[in-house]
Amino acid sequence: MKKGRFGQYGGQYIPETLMNAVQEVESTYEFYKNDPQFVNELNDLYKNYAGRPSLLYYAEKMTQDLSGAKIYLKREDLNHTGSHKINNVLGQVLLAKKMGKTRVIAETGAGQHGVATATAAALMGMECDIFMGKEDTERQVLNVFRMELLGAKVHPVTSGTMTLKDAVNETMREWTKRVEDTLYVLGSVMGPHPFPTIVRDFQKIIGREIKEQLQEKEGRLPDAVIACVGGGSNAMGAFYEFIGDKSVELIGCEAAGLGVDNPKNAATIANGSEGIFHGMKSLFCQDEYGQIAPVYSISAGLDYPGIGPEHAMLNDTGRARYVPVTDEEAVRAFEYLSRTEGIIPAVESAHAVAYAMKAAPEMEKDKIIVINISGRGDKDVAAIARYRGVDIYE
Amino acid sequence: MSRIGNAFNHGKAFIAFVTGGDPDLETTEKLIYAMQEAGADLIEIGVPFSDPIAEGIVIQEANERALTAGCTTDKLFDMVASVRKKVQVPLVFLTYINPIYTYGKEKFMLKCRETGIDGIIVPDLPYEEKEELEPACDKYGIDLISLIAPTSRERIKKIAENAKGFIYCVSSMGVTGVRTEIKTDIEAMVRLVRETTKVPCAVGFGISTPEQAAKFAALSDGAIVGSAIVKIVVRNGKDSEKAVYEYVKSMKEAVNGIN
Repeated sequence: MKKGRFGQYGGQYIPETLMNAVQEVESTYEFYKNDPQFVNELNDLYKNYAGRPSLLYYAEKMTQDLSGAKIYLKREDLNHTGSHKINNVLGQVLLAKKMGKTRVIAETGAGQHGVATATAAALMGMECDIFMGKEDTERQVLNVFRMELLGAKVHPVTSGTMTLKDAVNETMREWTKRVEDTLYVLGSVMGPHPFPTIVRDFQKIIGREIKEQLQEKEGRLPDAVIACVGGGSNAMGAFYEFIGDKSVELIGCEAAGLGVDNPKNAATIANGSEGIFHGMKSLFCQDEYGQIAPVYSISAGLDYPGIGPEHAMLNDTGRARYVPVTDEEAVRAFEYLSRTEGIIPAVESAHAVAYAMKAAPEMEKDKIIVINISGRGDKDVAAIARYRGVDIYE
Repeated sequence: MSRIGNAFNHGKAFIAFVTGGDPDLETTEKLIYAMQEAGADLIEIGVPFSDPIAEGIVIQEANERALTAGCTTDKLFDMVASVRKKVQVPLVFLTYINPIYTYGKEKFMLKCRETGIDGIIVPDLPYEEKEELEPACDKYGIDLISLIAPTSRERIKKIAENAKGFIYCVSSMGVTGVRTEIKTDIEAMVRLVRETTKVPCAVGFGISTPEQAAKFAALSDGAIVGSAIVKIVVRNGKDSEKAVYEYVKSMKEAVNGIN
């Protein structure tokens, strides 16, 4: 396989101005990924700062209620900053420090990656600029304030659809302005090589822990691992360790918004086609002329018109399968998990819960499902209330 | 040598850019005639894209206006076929990899040849990925224009060795747009190019005044101007012909040292 490729997907489709910078990231990462001191520093941050390992929780009430497969929840929502995003960010900001950079920039959708980046930047003494679609700054007002509190500067992006895709555009533009002292800390398994690989490597701890923890509790592998997919970092992190274990079904849940047949959705695998955008060859929601589609989801974090290249490959080979979940199903799952288990999941993660609610009753009782709860839902409470017609604002 | 080489046969070249379909295709057609008339040696036509990551706000908004007005790649090809009957200067498309890839690489290059497009500039296709388009470009005789940037340094040699048509020397960090000051050592970049190849080298990004154009053309083989022309179109809309003509004329005179 060609370097930086996942089958036919991946690659490095970026302006010449960024090529040296991206190659520097690649060579630095290749050096440090096996450097014992770097690995120790990162593991120490995971353990003593982020609170890893995260729990693998047996959802007994949910299991009984659905009366099918046994359900475990991987509690990435319990990490410091409330989501899986911290895993990647601690790795990348530590890498930035090794590279001698003094400033990090990042895009954010829901604000979780922005908050995580701002957090790591505060911890490691880096200047930090976050780019966030203006519409998302309004959907997630509290996260904007949180990032500012952490010392980051938040730039509302007013171009295009004013959401995650435009935030990525603007962060790339900002990086071309200032590369010498700045690292673009990409938030998902997307973008140009080496980011899909780096982000996956920093997230694969999720799947590795699931495997160890389930071995301890059940003495065996799960039958299915279910995660939500926008760009796809929490899913890639949860799946990666199991790719070689063919008995484990890997299921990614895409945001279908108002429905896969409604123009207002963000289900890239269901509706996308092959294209080249944001530095990578992958699948994208686009029209016949390659104009990127204005996608929609209730979840700002899944509101992205593309998917990471490794997911596109896993879909082609059939090793993972991807299913659409609507806003309505996700909101119902958000409420269900809150009432059933006392756990309020991020509305992104609720997409995975929603699919598990459909799949579990169809499975035998001796089967085991693991749902990756990629983040906590505090940030979504106001939006869900509004969805239900309660007019509250943060 | 391709038709693009002709652009550099009349002293220093002045290369003018316009976004196709902004505010509509009829205006673009008139502007292409006006720019040739005013002495532009090569005309770049932007194929609008929803997410032009190398562009500053002026050309971003031009892309949005063109798409909102209904411009498509097919309509743009039709327009080019029509202007080609009266236009002799080399014409080059500037667009992103996705509109080409999605249209079909072979089909896109075939249409370029049929309608009279001589080359393409693709800002998000670096040297390492040029295999993506080069075979189709070569098959249909379309020059894939290479870009070099202030950060390219040791990369310049290998990029220049394989360059075709002309080399687009990006004057500044960041995105397209008018700048009051350009600090990059253009002379050093051009020297590296000339040590490697005879392919001409033109400087773009940030140039708007006749003084800047004269200065950078003197250091290279020509100057490229985009955002400054698009701004004239923003101000004058469908009646931009005369203002664009006057501007291009003054810029062509400046690059040739006539003040």
